Amino acid sequence: MSGRKFGEVILDLKNISLSFGGVKALQDISFNVLEHEIRAIIGPNGAGKSSMLNVINGVYRPQQGDIILRGEHHANMDSYGAATAGLARTFQNIALFKGMSVLDNIMTGRNLKMKANMLQQAIWFGPAMREELEHRAKVEEIIDFLEIQHIRKTPVGRLPYGLQKRVDLARALAMEPQILLLDEPMAGMNVEEKQDMCRFILDVNDQFGTTIVLIEHDMGVVMDISDRVVVLDYGKKIGDGTPDEVRANPEVISAYLGASH
Amino acid sequence: MTATQSGRGSAPLDTFPRLLLNHAAMRGDRPATREKYLGIWQTWSWSQVAEEVRAIACGLAELGFKRGDNLAIIGDNRPRLYWSMCAAQMLGGVPVPMYQDAVAAEMAFVLTDGAIRFAIVEDQEQVDKLLEIKEQCPDLAHILYDDARGMRHYTETWLQGLDEVIAMGKVHDKNQPDFIPAEVARGRTEDVAVMLYTSGTTGKPKGVCQTHETFIAAAQSGVGFDRLTEQEDMLSYLPMAWVGDHLFSYAQALVAGFTINCPESGDTVMTDLREIGPTYYFAPPRVFENLLTTVMIRMEDAGALKRSMFHYFMAVAKRCGSDILDRKPGVSSSDRLLYALGDLLIYGPLRNVLGMSRIRVAYTAGAAIGPDLFRFYRSIGVNLKQLYGATETCAAVCLQPDREIKFDSVGKPAPGVEVKISDGGEVLVRGKLLLKEYYKRPDATAEVIDAEGWFHTGDAGFFDEDGHLKIIDRAKDVGKLARGAIFAPNYIENKLKFFPHIKEAVCFGHDRDMVCAFVNIDMGAVGNWAERRGLPYSGYTDLAAKPEVLDLIRECVEQVNADLSHDAMVAETQIHRFLVLHKELDPDDDELTRTRKVRRGFVAEKYAVLIDALYSGKSSQFIETQVKFEDGRTGKVSADLSILDVKTFPVIKKAA
Repeated sequence: MSGRKFGEVILDLKNISLSFGGVKALQDISFNVLEHEIRAIIGPNGAGKSSMLNVINGVYRPQQGDIILRGEHHANMDSYGAATAGLARTFQNIALFKGMSVLDNIMTGRNLKMKANMLQQAIWFGPAMREELEHRAKVEEIIDFLEIQHIRKTPVGRLPYGLQKRVDLARALAMEPQILLLDEPMAGMNVEEKQDMCRFILDVNDQFGTTIVLIEHDMGVVMDISDRVVVLDYGKKIGDGTPDEVRANPEVISAYLGASH
Repeated sequence: MTATQSGRGSAPLDTFPRLLLNHAAMRGDRPATREKYLGIWQTWSWSQVAEEVRAIACGLAELGFKRGDNLAIIGDNRPRLYWSMCAAQMLGGVPVPMYQDAVAAEMAFVLTDGAIRFAIVEDQEQVDKLLEIKEQCPDLAHILYDDARGMRHYTETWLQGLDEVIAMGKVHDKNQPDFIPAEVARGRTEDVAVMLYTSGTTGKPKGVCQTHETFIAAAQSGVGFDRLTEQEDMLSYLPMAWVGDHLFSYAQALVAGFTINCPESGDTVMTDLREIGPTYYFAPPRVFENLLTTVMIRMEDAGALKRSMFHYFMAVAKRCGSDILDRKPGVSSSDRLLYALGDLLIYGPLRNVLGMSRIRVAYTAGAAIGPDLFRFYRSIGVNLKQLYGATETCAAVCLQPDREIKFDSVGKPAPGVEVKISDGGEVLVRGKLLLKEYYKRPDATAEVIDAEGWFHTGDAGFFDEDGHLKIIDRAKDVGKLARGAIFAPNYIENKLKFFPHIKEAVCFGHDRDMVCAFVNIDMGAVGNWAERRGLPYSGYTDLAAKPEVLDLIRECVEQVNADLSHDAMVAETQIHRFLVLHKELDPDDDELTRTRKVRRGFVAEKYAVLIDALYSGKSSQFIETQVKFEDGRTGKVSADLSILDVKTFPVIKKAA
């Protein structure tokens, strides 16, 4: 891990509150993300982790609070805005096109970067063809990076879960994001698949300098790979700091071990 | 054979670097190496390869690599690793390819034993392994890596990317263009060209030193034998440290000047095979078996029309396919017509799916191949053959000549190789292709090569009436029946195991008057068979004791006996009595090794009471055995085992 440098604050979340009717999903949450760091959001079931992620990439709009991305205020972030601003994400329940090949699925990640219009793409002529070849080359680099050459032409629906997760990550990487949001990337994986995934996350962070915000259930994994951790419980922030600090935090321990308050 | 005779000027083409430079001059634009990278096949011509090899050699020289140094090469089949071998040879050094999946501790032995100062490795994974054992290997001074991924934060000065070394070498080569030609000129054909470590199933691994002369001779003999040309395409995917890959992908490629193709990754080999469509192919029996299973499973899922066409034409192929491939007379013209039709409708498309459309010669070796499997490939027109050899003999001792194929022999001695059988039944080999020595082990060298220059293979075998060599067993396992006939348990067991219903077999007979056998049924195959017959059973022990199952196995054993009776050498060792064991032989019970080889002595001791029963003529025997379950608990299995007599056949003597 030596030699890694964190930059400025790239994403700053200020006093975010989100409620669905009477349910207060998030209450007055503030934390920031530094450039090039791996930032984890952890918490028990229903703590508001996925809601937090959805707020960041504009799926939910918080009733209160401010999202500052690279110094710009995005109180009303929407999904398209998030994508163009360099945010990409993966999903807890994989959201890939099951009938399409791995290659085509990853190509969809390049969609935002394609300039040719639909007609040009349909007849695959001139600039559209050149453009697609360039994008394909980029996608091949990602396939090589994530070591999924052997399933390049396989329909995603036929792949085991662990590999589908990897394809999901590949598609997010195809957007060449500055900030990568990962929603439980290790959920439902066996030990070996988890180790592979950890390695890929660290490699992405190291090789491309991508800032990573991840939600994870598996405490062991989180503590191993992240630089700083935010802990949520019942929509409130109960801890924030390095893995060691968080591990020593009594409130976190009681939330996780279920000790009586 | 053209390669060695078509050299320009005076220098003979008797070392690998000279062969390379000659190819660059003679067929500079022909593809030498291909690799699939980022989804596209990249090609390097002979002249490009020569340039890269020169650059690597110059770079190595700048780092202080000297004549006589050993260079470890660790990784998957990557073009630059193959080139590095030649680069080391240019400087008069010796490449030592090592198994890339070995754990660090195993590598430490070879690195120290081989006094290795330089290592060229594939990637971060291998670098990490070497870093782990660096302290145990004080000689190791430089590690170069091919793939720079993940290597940014390594600060060790003796760790360098191959890219930098090549860049450095290119400058060097430009400034001193005479350096490499002079080094190549200093190379002698009797220099050691490569050191391959034997796998070491018996004791510590030993470094087998082969000279340019021996390996070129071995390669030439194979190239001439199968008339290989510069047009061949070879898929290089077997471990580089294995003598077979070194012969096919390196020595023969450099002698004949053909193209080697490196797959994209270990997982994509089958796809890459189909894309390249090699003309020359090598695979262990396991690979051919997997391919066949895949085809069969897919056929089961195909539509009724396709399935019936497949089965009809496969029956035709079984009847006459091999004979047509061997151009034997006596195939009726109606069969020929049907076969041609089948080729159009089934065999051709099938070969295409398997990636074998263009194959001229395919070899298999390394283990016994089932006759059905062997016949399947030959019957659909794939010229699959077997060969026999060892690391110490550059892999090529015997080859099956075209049109003289027998599934149970390994063919005739290759051109220029003498083979004879010692009085003890051991196969002895003499010829140019023998090892120079075991590295720093004169004692071991003297043990395997006798005063007359015969190499003792440690395999027992014999020549059949057509002069084909049959390997029957490891010499140390071979015994004698009380009447004096040679008894090769493995040979008989393999014949038994070729039946899908038999999973494991152990034969006894040394110093006895007849051969008896233990058999393990294959739970999957026999279970399936029983299901189709509506035969209920509760588990292995129950199934193994069913009279119907015993009859099924008896038929198999009788067929083996009939087969054995055709061969005067082994006809005496037909199986007289057998029993089906009440439990599967298991490594957890120490009955098998971890690589699933029967531990003969242990089994004989453990089941002594059953062996006594076999030889005392009893018709059943009670036995109780302790077994270990996977979770560590132990239990007992007991059964009354029936012992069956089997029909034996009179020896068939062929008219001389």
